[in-house]
Amino acid sequence: MSEAVSGEWPLYEVFVRGKRGLNHVHVGSLHAADDEMAIRHARDVYTRRNEGVSIWVVRSSDVTASSPDEKDPLFAPSGDKVYRHPTFYEIPDNVPHM
Amino acid sequence: MSTPDPSHVPDHDSVYDGLLGGDDSHWAFGTDFEDPLAGVDTTVPDGVDHRDLATYCLMLGDDALVLSQRLSQWCSNAPDLEEDIALANIALDLLGQARLLLARAAAADPTVVPALPEGSPAPPEDALAFFRDDRDFRNVRLVESDNGDFAVTMARLLLFSTWRLALFQRLTDSRDHVLSAVAAKGVKEMTYHRDYAARWFLTLARGTEESRRRLVSGLSATWPLRAELFSAHDVEVRVARAGVGVDPSTVADEVDVLLEQVFASSGIDRPEVAPLAGVQRRTGRDGLHTEAFSLLLAELQVVARAHPMGTW
Repeated sequence: MSEAVSGEWPLYEVFVRGKRGLNHVHVGSLHAADDEMAIRHARDVYTRRNEGVSIWVVRSSDVTASSPDEKDPLFAPSGDKVYRHPTFYEIPDNVPHM
Repeated sequence: MSTPDPSHVPDHDSVYDGLLGGDDSHWAFGTDFEDPLAGVDTTVPDGVDHRDLATYCLMLGDDALVLSQRLSQWCSNAPDLEEDIALANIALDLLGQARLLLARAAAADPTVVPALPEGSPAPPEDALAFFRDDRDFRNVRLVESDNGDFAVTMARLLLFSTWRLALFQRLTDSRDHVLSAVAAKGVKEMTYHRDYAARWFLTLARGTEESRRRLVSGLSATWPLRAELFSAHDVEVRVARAGVGVDPSTVADEVDVLLEQVFASSGIDRPEVAPLAGVQRRTGRDGLHTEAFSLLLAELQVVARAHPMGTW
């Protein structure tokens, strides 16, 4: 390989799904040279106490995030729309994951 | 009608809430240290010499214990935080194997366990790890040599894990229930160790000129200790014949094929270095070790030996 070697590995965001979890949860970030190494590093760093059965990793640079400056236009309008919450229904006890 | 409190979103209180089930079952090894062989049938199978079985368990257990100690020396010194934890994980896997195997040795033949002062709380596997002298350790010399740089450590780990994985895959058929259970657990662990080492081997070989230079020199430094892995000690031959152990010479071809694959994809030539001779044909399996081992053992044992009545 002839490309210049940069001093730092790229940053990855790590998502882990727990044994009884229904969805992957963001647990932190780490450095790795490539995608495969990121999976292995995530296994070593974030699942060593039996936390997970599935791992997703994604380059942090590939994440598009909302900006704090947009907080009001994005989120404030939903603050007073109480009728959007499904709290006006009685949910039977046997309906899971609500 | 109450408005839901927007500040309370249970899923995001702690990222770990979603991962852990709220009971102790997620702790892979429980929350307490107990007899490692509790509930396991430790009867020695018919026709098996107790002393041979114990010695064989010491051999496999000492390999794991000593390499675990070596790998632990990387703690806080690895090239990256991520590698630091990876190496510590591998060391812990090996320590777990060592604990089971030393406990098995003590159960098969209690006379192998060094005598401790009356009332010492040290369990037999600890007595074996911390109170035996170097001549009583049966590990191969490959595991005791110094870590060197990261490339040396990876070359050694590749040679060790390809060999031990092949051994353990056969050991799952052992007539001894404890050994077959230890092997079944170890196979999963060492499949990862081998994958980890092989990936790094390839990465270093195909990385920069400097990483390749270090890998080549690390491999030839480690290679002389490799022949010993496949030379069968009398005890190994006897336990293999009795159907409880594996003759290491029988896995040589299979391990070779694997290594050749790694070498080929890495563009690395098989080293041509003569094996490290024994002393009067005695090697690690006979209790004959290198100077590096005495230093390692001193560091491993000094605290326990200073406090034989200590509770940890």
